Amino acid sequence: MGFVRKWVQIVFGFVMNGYWAFPFTRNIYQGPLKVICAPGLNCYSCPASTTYCAMGALQQLMAGIRFSLESGQYYLGGSILGSLGVLGGLFGRMVCGWACPFGFVQEMLNKIPSPSFSVPRVLRFCKYFVLVFMVFLLPLLVVDEFGGGSPWFCKYICPAGTLEAGLPMLILQPDLKSTLGVLFLNKFVIMIMFVGWSIVSSRPFCQTLCPLGAFYALFSKVKLIKLRFDEAKCTACKACHPVCPMGVKFNESPDDLECITCLKCMNQACKFDAIYLEIGGVSVGSRRNLAPVARENV
Amino acid sequence: MSAKNKKDKLRKAPLYVLLFSLAIWMLGVASGEPNMVLQQAVQICLSCIGIG
Repeated sequence: MGFVRKWVQIVFGFVMNGYWAFPFTRNIYQGPLKVICAPGLNCYSCPASTTYCAMGALQQLMAGIRFSLESGQYYLGGSILGSLGVLGGLFGRMVCGWACPFGFVQEMLNKIPSPSFSVPRVLRFCKYFVLVFMVFLLPLLVVDEFGGGSPWFCKYICPAGTLEAGLPMLILQPDLKSTLGVLFLNKFVIMIMFVGWSIVSSRPFCQTLCPLGAFYALFSKVKLIKLRFDEAKCTACKACHPVCPMGVKFNESPDDLECITCLKCMNQACKFDAIYLEIGGVSVGSRRNLAPVARENV
Repeated sequence: MSAKNKKDKLRKAPLYVLLFSLAIWMLGVASGEPNMVLQQAVQICLSCIGIG
């Protein structure tokens, strides 16, 4: 199943970044597909990006909400939040584990042989702060003399934007180098920090700062597809603890907000069928009744 | 109710979430929001990528 997940991640990465004419146009994709919400964190200023980033679009909307209201247009983020709600209601943070390009990048970096460190659990709360303040409140409330706000998360933090868009655009449009300043340095340092951290820890950005992951986590209890725990079958062997890329102790907190439904605990750890997958309340499989091919690829 | 039946009891919460989300999405679409999102998404956001 790990093999399948990797290919799903690759396919999503290519679908969300499927504009390969950018080396010739030296610009980003500007076609109609950009009206579609990217399920994962994928900067829409990435030259290859074919979809829009929900977090980026929400911040832009919050930043310009005064202008739209003044002009009689009620752009309150319904289409963006609705898209995220559908994805969250169906999959929750499974999107992080299966469809997020930046999550995939972190997983690949973590495969580099190195000492391994867990991410302090207290840092996981930071992403909710980022979601509330840097995506919604600060772009909405902190405005310049003209009444416009800024996309705080994108502008000051997002390492995905620096990696997927900032650096490629500097290569494609060298004239932009003259505009580099403290802002870029700040974001570049953050990006390098997360690249390094990803080598020694599993998915550090997902665990600590990702506002999209924080949003999807809100659907943890009500999402359609989720991993369930059968307490009667659990032997408390704790085999599910070390395999989890998000540091979840599944037998202790089956509805943990951090679970990205990567299925590692079910496929690679639990030998007692205490962890199983369900869709809308109906059990659809556990380790024992997985297809043999999928099990061989775990 | 047996353990198996309990386990396989259909959950309605995801359906409500999906319906609510679809309703919000439709309201957003009806207000013309996708056009505004498209206008933003086809431009390079310099501050987003840390330049300018």
